[in-house]
Amino acid sequence: MDYSLKVMDHFSNPRNMGSIEDSDGVGEVGNAKCGDIMKIYLKVEDNRIADVKFQTFGCGAAIASSSMATEMIKGKTLEEAWKLSNKAVAEALDGLPPIKMHCSMLAEEAIHEAINNYLKKKGLEPWTE
Amino acid sequence: MTIENKAIYMDNSATTPIRKEVVEEMLPYITENFGNPSSIYEIGKISKHAIDKVRKKVANVLGAEESEIYFTSGGTESDNWAIKGIAFANRSKGKHIITSSIEHHAVLHTCAWLEGQGFEVTYLPVDKYGMVSSEELKKAIRDDTILISIMLANNEIGTIQPVDEIGKIAKENRIYFHTDAVQAIGHVPIDVKKMNIDLLSLSGHKFEGPKSCGALYIRKGTKIDPLLHGGAQERKRRAGTENVPAIVGLGKAIELATAEIEESNKTLLELRERLIKNLLIIPKTHLNGHPTQRLANNVNVTFEYIEGESLLLLLNAKRIFASTGSACNSSSLEPSHVLTACGVPHEIVHGSLRLSLGRINSKKDVDRVLEVLPEIVQKLRNMSPLTPKEYRTI
Repeated sequence: MDYSLKVMDHFSNPRNMGSIEDSDGVGEVGNAKCGDIMKIYLKVEDNRIADVKFQTFGCGAAIASSSMATEMIKGKTLEEAWKLSNKAVAEALDGLPPIKMHCSMLAEEAIHEAINNYLKKKGLEPWTE
Repeated sequence: MTIENKAIYMDNSATTPIRKEVVEEMLPYITENFGNPSSIYEIGKISKHAIDKVRKKVANVLGAEESEIYFTSGGTESDNWAIKGIAFANRSKGKHIITSSIEHHAVLHTCAWLEGQGFEVTYLPVDKYGMVSSEELKKAIRDDTILISIMLANNEIGTIQPVDEIGKIAKENRIYFHTDAVQAIGHVPIDVKKMNIDLLSLSGHKFEGPKSCGALYIRKGTKIDPLLHGGAQERKRRAGTENVPAIVGLGKAIELATAEIEESNKTLLELRERLIKNLLIIPKTHLNGHPTQRLANNVNVTFEYIEGESLLLLLNAKRIFASTGSACNSSSLEPSHVLTACGVPHEIVHGSLRLSLGRINSKKDVDRVLEVLPEIVQKLRNMSPLTPKEYRTI
């Protein structure tokens, strides 16, 4: 696979890898059958993402996308984090091979899941767009 | 850079480096002896003579006649020619073909294309070791079956098929039998007469010969159409100017590979068993393919909870080159059809690793892989949401 140096950097030294025991929101997307699962853990303080961790089962692009996406939403408000697009993640990684674009999509979806999980726990309406 | 960090190539089922002796043999046919074998002058005759010499060598290795060997552009062309050639030449006799579900795509996609041309194909299932059953084969035979195409040894898991039995069944039922022996040459002794093989595909670069050069053995009297139409080369059966230097290389390579078959299998088997034994110590690791009926150079294991492309990238960072059956590593995003046919569950099919050994590998290489792999597997397991607590270190 022809990956950019950025992808290889985030794949080899993933940022924010791990889990958060007392997380405020968790999102898991993908399935083992397809070979990609991404799980995002959020710690929320004052509507801001105070901490974020990920666990990913998948290829180099999936792991790099998780690492980059978590870097990009750390410290951001929930609204800002919600707006993170898969395209922005891919661009920040200096591009992904076309066949691997779905990996960045997975990151966007996992973040959405985690935010909605947090909102649900708070008794709030989940966001749709 | 330390000495341990030399590149370790363990993907010999994908391709092999050309042997020095083979390169030397080829060189004169790239430089001064460049003549077209179809020309009547001196340097043309030299080329013609050279390829006929190789024809004899290949025939000797297979237990065939010289006139039964045809040079092609490789395994894919040989498979395409054998299957399409038999299908179209014998369609007045029948339209049914039997193959297995774990064949190389050169066979499977050819069969699928023939289905679109009105032929019918039965894809035999395999057991968990990747073995075709003679009973299933007998049951699949119909009055209109014209061809059985079953590989000698599998490229992913190394399982060696009961080709003797298959050949016997084909002969009893008067059905042509083609075998893709691309992975078997240099590892499994072959005698096409004894094994009742009517057509056999082989490819030079799998046994330290050049790429884009192979051969198809066609038993005398076999009714087969050409695949390539044009000039009168290869006794009017395969058009196109012969790739003389590559054919010369293939000849030297097959000669060396088959002369050393016993010795090389002994060495490879030791390395293979050392790898398998030690890899299976890693928890939640499974061997794919048959424990004993397998190529001496093939190791294929699945590590649960992790994905193969990540594994290959981390191995590559340590300069170890191998391959996987994971969907994420294929352009089709489909997991290995071979592992799937063997019943490897969808959830773990992505975590497979193939290490295919060759003459260039040593015990030191094996030990280096065994030193590096457990750490890499652990690193990815620590990252994976699927890994149960007891298999995590952080």
